[in-house]
Amino acid sequence: MSRNPLIREVPPTSWYFRHPRYLRYMSREITSIFIGAYCVLLVVGLQRLSAGPAAWEGFLAALKSPASVVFQFLCLVAAVYHAATWFNATQKAMPIQIGEDFVPGNLISGAHYAAWAVLSVVVLFVAGVF
Amino acid sequence: MKERLVQLEVLRYNPDTDTEAHFQRYEVMCQEEWVVLDALNKIKADIDPTLNYRWSCHMAVCGSCGMMINGEPKLSCHAFLRAYEGVIRVEPLAHFPVERDLVTAPDDFMEKLKRVKPYIIPKEKKPISEGEYKQTPAQLMKFRQYSMCINCMLCYAACPEYGLTPDFIGPAALTLAHRYNQDSRDGGRKERQEVVATHEGVWECTFVGACSEVCPAHVDPASALQQMKITSSIDWIVEHLIPGGKS
Repeated sequence: MSRNPLIREVPPTSWYFRHPRYLRYMSREITSIFIGAYCVLLVVGLQRLSAGPAAWEGFLAALKSPASVVFQFLCLVAAVYHAATWFNATQKAMPIQIGEDFVPGNLISGAHYAAWAVLSVVVLFVAGVF
Repeated sequence: MKERLVQLEVLRYNPDTDTEAHFQRYEVMCQEEWVVLDALNKIKADIDPTLNYRWSCHMAVCGSCGMMINGEPKLSCHAFLRAYEGVIRVEPLAHFPVERDLVTAPDDFMEKLKRVKPYIIPKEKKPISEGEYKQTPAQLMKFRQYSMCINCMLCYAACPEYGLTPDFIGPAALTLAHRYNQDSRDGGRKERQEVVATHEGVWECTFVGACSEVCPAHVDPASALQQMKITSSIDWIVEHLIPGGKS
């Protein structure tokens, strides 16, 4: 008897609908598009800044348009979600062993959240919010 | 003892006569505390002796009875019927070729397992007269979790990267490479890096994390792979960016 195995192809564009965990993964990956788009916005801002005061003022005015505010809000939500998923993952990538025991994963992720909060306060301080 | 009528929809494939698979529905009287494997055994004994599937220990140790149960990779000896409502759909492990019915071909996994050299390669060989290679409990704990793998391949069935890119060495084999790399008695990391630190190795992993969610032995392959990405990156930095550095 010869072997005649059945090969089942994975649908390349719809596999992530097979299970909620794959949709969660894709939602994490899609946040990168917003973060990339926001980086492009920052580069455009730098270019406007180098073009002179009038160009810079025009850029700032454009940032305040309703469409721009909605875009920035979406980028903020995506960035927070992206950061949270990675902070939660740090305990897997960077386990800390002390003697025979491992530091609880929540402490490792928690330290990242704490550092994030401190740095955010510093950035807001430098930006003159306080 | 409480009994209930259970309906199972089982994927059938006969390599001698079929060009594609089809589902066959069975109704079987089961005891409340049974697992899916018990139901399959009852079907084979009383209803349809042609049904094929693998199993051995019936206690989640041998890793033989992995199947997709309602779309989730599970050991069928560890999938209690009481956890399911309605018709239970039973399919062969995803991402592996189907030999017959619920039996898959593990050849690809076995070949990849060999490539990562999942055994201790001593740092320096010493004669038996010098005694055993000693290890402290702390050194043991560094890799113990990763040594619990039972080679059931559920992580491969859960991993979409393996399904889309079959060249991927995959979660279990790479995790076993990590297990031996972490062992204080081992000196084989550099040899394993030739397989591990490649596109088919850890860099094919995009950290979906499904492997760790389905692992019946709580091994957490996702953590092993992310740790190997970090050490492989450090190797690259030392080799390419530090003058005189060698990985």
